[in-house]
Amino acid sequence: MSERHIELEILRYNPETDEAPAFQTYQVPCQEDWVVLDAVNYVKDELDRTLSYRWSCHMAVCGSCGVMINGEPMLSCKAFLRDLPDRIRIEPLANFPIERDLVVVLDDFMDKLDSVKPFLIPREEKTVESGVHIQTPAQLDRFKQYTLCINCSLCYAACPQYAHDNNFVGPAALALAHRYNLDSRDVGRTAREDVVASNAGIWECSFVGACSEVCPHDVDPAGAIQQTKIASTVDYFKYLLTPGRG
Amino acid sequence: MSRRPYRRPVSAFSWWLAQPRYVRYMARETSSVFIGAYTGVLVVGLVRLSQGAEAWNSFVAALQTPASVAFHLLALAFALYHTTTWFNVTPKAMPMQIGETRLPGNVIIGAHYAGWAVVSALILFLAGG
Repeated sequence: MSERHIELEILRYNPETDEAPAFQTYQVPCQEDWVVLDAVNYVKDELDRTLSYRWSCHMAVCGSCGVMINGEPMLSCKAFLRDLPDRIRIEPLANFPIERDLVVVLDDFMDKLDSVKPFLIPREEKTVESGVHIQTPAQLDRFKQYTLCINCSLCYAACPQYAHDNNFVGPAALALAHRYNLDSRDVGRTAREDVVASNAGIWECSFVGACSEVCPHDVDPAGAIQQTKIASTVDYFKYLLTPGRG
Repeated sequence: MSRRPYRRPVSAFSWWLAQPRYVRYMARETSSVFIGAYTGVLVVGLVRLSQGAEAWNSFVAALQTPASVAFHLLALAFALYHTTTWFNVTPKAMPMQIGETRLPGNVIIGAHYAGWAVVSALILFLAGG
């Protein structure tokens, strides 16, 4: 296999010594079948042990190796070097504070996920002895797509709305809420409304659609948010037309 | 070891130039300004119509000026862009599931174009009659 040389420009930031992040360039000999993560691993193993970054599975499942590659949020384990130019700029995921080098602070993302009550809220608790919740394949198909999220947070890095207002609950969390709202075993939609249908929730989204374009598992959070907007609007008109409301 | 997370600045004015998809989004959103302006022209036309034949004729004469024709062509172009870009995202907002199969996105988009054609034909028929 032929060897190719690429230039990696990596944004470095050491909170103990640096006032602001700055790019550092590395020359990396690489193989044709390498992904960006392989090249970053080469830098860590052979050139600069001080480089910090997250990764684990190397197969687009764990969702921890997301970075900006030439300005585009991508999983570095899924971005093949053969599809990229010889000079590659790697930055930490946009819209998140940088902890160190390519590692970002994900506390806000985790809090957002938690805020939408991402768990089944059944009509009544069932004991193990009373058996399983029955669900048909058609009922499963309604929400299955939204279960494929790997929490890589690329959608937050792509979202200009989140960039301008960190209060926005954001694509992944709202898609996760939609996943449970669509689940036939769940009755928690009202309990999630305070967060989901708030100004910082679905109504903060202006449907740029970037989240769905960068999603590595085609979860389509933008679609989930628009569907939630329609459901919430229908709820509002139902409420308006309800006799004796208030 | 101390934590000192660094927050990168985001430009309030030029952020949308960072990626082609943001530019497309801004173009889609900007198109509504022209649709709003065209709606304004229609409202003015209605007001002039209510004011009698002379007022209406002067409105029609104003519509025939080169500047007005240029505006209408521009508004038409933006209206088409606005309509097609929104129709193309309808499968995301309104997915249809029948049993275990999902209606293909092209069918949902096609239904919107068909509805558009029917309504347009109806309006042309009423206007012509």
